[in-house]
Amino acid sequence: MSTVLDKLRGRLGQSAPRPDGVPKVRGQFAFSSDMFAEGMLWGHMLRSPHPAAAIRSIDVSQALLIPGVRAVITSDDVPGRKTYGLDYPDQPVFAWDVVRFMGEPVAAVAADHPDTARRAAAAIVVDYAPTEPMTDPAAAVDAAPIHPLGNVLHRQWVRCGDPEAVGAVVVEGRYETAMQDQAQMGPESGLAIPGEDGGVDLYIATQWLHIDQEQMAACLALPLEKVRLHLAGVGGAFGAREDLSMQVQICMLALRTGRPVKMVYSREESFLGHVHRHPAVMWYRHHADRDGRLVKVEARIILDGGAYLSTSTAVTMNASCMAPGPYLVHNAVVEAVAVRTNNPPCGAMRGFGSVQACFAHEAQMDKLAAALGMDPVELRLRNVLKQGDSLITGQVLRGTAPVADVIRTCAAAPLPTGGPQTAAELELPGGAGRTAERTRVRRGVGFAVSVKNLMYGGGFDDYSSARCRLEDGVATITCAAVEVGQGFVTLAQQIAREVLGVADVILAPPGTADIGSAGSTSASRQTWMSGGAVQKACFAVRERLFSCTATKYGVSAETLAILDGRVVSLDGQIDIPVFEAAGGEVLEETVEFHHEPTAELDQNGQGDAFVSFAFAAHRAVVDVDLDLGLVRVVDITTSQDVGRVLNPVQLVGQLEGGIAQGVGLAVMEEIVLDHGRVRNPSFTDYVIPTALDMPPVHIAALIEEPEPGSPMGAKGAGEPPMISSVAAVVAAIRNATGLELPRAPVRPQDIALAGASRGPTLASSPNNVEVSQ
Amino acid sequence: MLVFLPVSLEEAFDAFEQCPDAHFLAGGTDFMVEVNFALRRPPAVVCLRRVEELQGWRVEGSEVVLGAGITYTELLAPRLGELLPGLAQASRTVGSPQIRNAGTVGGNLGTASPAGDSLPVLAALDAKIVVASKHGRRSLELADLIVGPKRTTLAPGEVIVEVRVPAALGSQQFLKVGTRNAMVIAVANVALVADWAGRSVRCALGSVGPVVIRAREAEEFISARIDWEGRTPPSDGDLAEFTALVRSAARPIDDHRSTADYRRHSVGVCAERALGRVFSGDNREASERTSWAS
Amino acid sequence: MGELIDYQLRVNGRERDVAEAWLGESLLYVLRERLGLPGSKNACEQGECGSCSVLMDGKLVCSCMVLAASAVGSDIVTVEGLGDGDDGLSDIQAAFVAEGGVQCGFCTPGFVVSVHDLLEHNPDPTELEVREAVSGNLCRCTGYGRILAAVKAAQETRRG
Repeated sequence: MSTVLDKLRGRLGQSAPRPDGVPKVRGQFAFSSDMFAEGMLWGHMLRSPHPAAAIRSIDVSQALLIPGVRAVITSDDVPGRKTYGLDYPDQPVFAWDVVRFMGEPVAAVAADHPDTARRAAAAIVVDYAPTEPMTDPAAAVDAAPIHPLGNVLHRQWVRCGDPEAVGAVVVEGRYETAMQDQAQMGPESGLAIPGEDGGVDLYIATQWLHIDQEQMAACLALPLEKVRLHLAGVGGAFGAREDLSMQVQICMLALRTGRPVKMVYSREESFLGHVHRHPAVMWYRHHADRDGRLVKVEARIILDGGAYLSTSTAVTMNASCMAPGPYLVHNAVVEAVAVRTNNPPCGAMRGFGSVQACFAHEAQMDKLAAALGMDPVELRLRNVLKQGDSLITGQVLRGTAPVADVIRTCAAAPLPTGGPQTAAELELPGGAGRTAERTRVRRGVGFAVSVKNLMYGGGFDDYSSARCRLEDGVATITCAAVEVGQGFVTLAQQIAREVLGVADVILAPPGTADIGSAGSTSASRQTWMSGGAVQKACFAVRERLFSCTATKYGVSAETLAILDGRVVSLDGQIDIPVFEAAGGEVLEETVEFHHEPTAELDQNGQGDAFVSFAFAAHRAVVDVDLDLGLVRVVDITTSQDVGRVLNPVQLVGQLEGGIAQGVGLAVMEEIVLDHGRVRNPSFTDYVIPTALDMPPVHIAALIEEPEPGSPMGAKGAGEPPMISSVAAVVAAIRNATGLELPRAPVRPQDIALAGASRGPTLASSPNNVEVSQ
Repeated sequence: MLVFLPVSLEEAFDAFEQCPDAHFLAGGTDFMVEVNFALRRPPAVVCLRRVEELQGWRVEGSEVVLGAGITYTELLAPRLGELLPGLAQASRTVGSPQIRNAGTVGGNLGTASPAGDSLPVLAALDAKIVVASKHGRRSLELADLIVGPKRTTLAPGEVIVEVRVPAALGSQQFLKVGTRNAMVIAVANVALVADWAGRSVRCALGSVGPVVIRAREAEEFISARIDWEGRTPPSDGDLAEFTALVRSAARPIDDHRSTADYRRHSVGVCAERALGRVFSGDNREASERTSWAS
Repeated sequence: MGELIDYQLRVNGRERDVAEAWLGESLLYVLRERLGLPGSKNACEQGECGSCSVLMDGKLVCSCMVLAASAVGSDIVTVEGLGDGDDGLSDIQAAFVAEGGVQCGFCTPGFVVSVHDLLEHNPDPTELEVREAVSGNLCRCTGYGRILAAVKAAQETRRG
């Protein structure tokens, strides 16, 4: 009995361990790059070295002559639609006639050995006529189109209230965020195996199996059921795996050669072969009255969408609708435009449009506080959104909105003790480089708050499918929700244990053949959507279990409950283990879970486009070397609106992990472009925080107000940590230096060459937070 | 056999004679990147990792003689760290623990990257590099070995075998500017040695030119201004002039890692701080800070 | 493809044959693709992420930076060779699972090997020493918090 109870520890609200944890620590978990099939070939992609060029000809004859080469394919070989795309198929499987970004696939090879494939790709002769790349998004709006569909990918206006409203105090600014990369550790990889029926089985790391299947079937000219996707182990995603990468190309190679084909991107290819976070340029003007109440927000946001559409439409929608942040604003004029350029395509990354807007709106709030001579935390509290308030889209906040609580708890948390005078040498800016001079290191504190819409909206019918099968007291859950590391597999087991009182929960391998779509592992949606679907399926099975029991024992099903792995009746007459209650019957239910319908935005950006919102606050403490401009992030304290904590350890992992990506964008991460060319596609030059860069995270509060409509009361928690952490860190650097620093990441030269060596005074800082030393 | 695993220099030279287009391989941390990325396809490789003569270190008179195969991790060990504090400081900034276990001083010299972390220290210490081949040995200055980015004067069949450096010379400082706190390529680095006995300051700059640059004018200027008897810190004016001369010695470029302006600025800051530290007593031996690393 | 060679490697205490391999293959490639040991991960192939960390003659190295054929005669230990105990997990592996040090898991084998190496040489490191010791292992999911918690837990278990 005690062992059963032990296993039942993993119910909702407890830190159940991951079911894939043991194979992962032993190196036995099969990631997509670990796949193997007898007789398999290796695929390799040939990519454009030019950001813009006409293709005059492609000669593959030399490649085919290399011993061990089995196939070379180009656009001419695509059996079906030659383009794909999440929203609209504007991106070629292989470029023909023209290449629009550096790294665009032009051909692919299959060979016996990866090195042979690589050499064969190099032997393909492509005659390019390079053209001048269009790389300035502002100029691209009105420039000659670089694609038949034009250069404006999406324009979103949001207008509410009185456009002529004027506040007594006005602050404005121009802000920029750079192109960030997801830099997931597992490179894109997959294994395609040709089927005897002319179809293909693809083992792939992705974020949404069924949307890949749809796009692939169109390109491969195969019926859906002949394109069978199976989830292979996913080494992180963060948005990088929302778009197709190699899916169509390796299936073409497998179908062409009749042999399994494996492809693994190098890190360089990974950087070139997936979308990035949209760089943004943002102009903001805030109007407030003398008491600090926001009167009007004006914003113009230009997002560089790169060469193809990807998810630019939704990113633009988020950036525009979330433009003012988590504050009540009655009058707004916001325009966000995503533009096509010859830069690398941009699309989904954790935070999805909100990261950029937050960087700007929080800098504006600090500026406004300085202009008003008001404490920046107080200014924010004075303007917070509350349940019942309207967003600038006119949507009324019907769910929970504990914005004031996240702000108050985060701001009230104690600041870290010590300072640059007492820190260990390795903890000073510059670390082991021993560059810091303690007397020239200044501490700063910054604060920021964010809002993120959860799940897909804008009229999209967002749903997830799940099946629960109960047999001999063991539950098997089938759901195509992709586990990317976030811990859905743990949650699915917790839900089944909670609802059915069973100890053993098996998760069937996700694939397209066995179950309907679960939607994407993105938009902080799987806990709500696929968690909701699993819960609904388990409820349906439990109902049947109760009715079996009721019939058998002649009691009313309404009197039955599950307690500690047993079916019990309220009168105490029935008390039997779950596996007995089913009486040998196999109970199986398959369900779909849909969230509340949403609406499309109208031409003024008005409409109930979103389902739910999550809020977070971050306070950053940094030490800055004023002369060298090097920054050490000392501490991040956060509070987050989570609805309900379902697995404490996993939740903390989401917060810490998201904050690390925020710290990265704030102080080091940037895809460096030079006329459309990516200059740093490697982990040597695209630097992400190491354990020596990432500060401890202190969680001031997890605000648990169960969200109405959420199946378990929880809100998605993956994105908020990434959003305001960026703004908070940069605010702290402003506080330390007194500089305006309108761009993320803050580069050493932005500080060192801005005259910071004069030494700032705290009074001149835009973020007048008290410093503790 | 196309991969040779010699245990002596003689065997290594024999291997090269058999296969004159073979590549000599030290720790592999640069070479394997090029092989993995198909930038290099060696027809044969002579691995130097087990060559006896390249291992370890010894003291000869006032010099430390480092086998070229000594790793950065070995340079961080307490005893050696005391004798060569600047090199220990530099070693600690190289890559990661994994890279420091594999990468060698000989490899750093042979690769001749403008950003090689050990190179400014060796330049500031006027290290002698001993190279050898079947036909004999020669000893040369760093500037005569490394003549351009990734370009050396090593003749075919020649191997870097030893690096000779003065032991515990004066006060040594190494500072490295990078965009994160670990595992980073230098945006700029500075090695500075104050030779109290020889009454000279030597200052070498890395990552701010095609090769390591000795800031000779700055060295001469400050060496003449320092109160060597009293060891009092230089005046603010002298320090400012020294910093300016260091900056003017740098020949940095703009690239994806930084800008020329920032590099020029930062070598000045680092050199100024390095000089300040040799007078301020912030001159603890590297081994004190890194004793756990042994 | 150039010259093919045959050799033997000693991995996790066993002699393993490598036949007809291209001489430019890294130890990482040979482990993963020829010896059926995919626990060491390929995330950068240039020594900048630590996902492929192994112990070679007791030293922590990136297996992508080792020419496989040069490892002849060396003792190689991969993540697959670390497990012990009833459940096949080392104390460190168990701590990673229990403390939430695993998310996507791609960096995990490399971290596990690095932490084994650290605690072997320094059984009771400070948190800062742990951070420096794993600074060559990149993780994109966890922000390192739960990984550091796992190391601490393993340390405490060993301390008893």
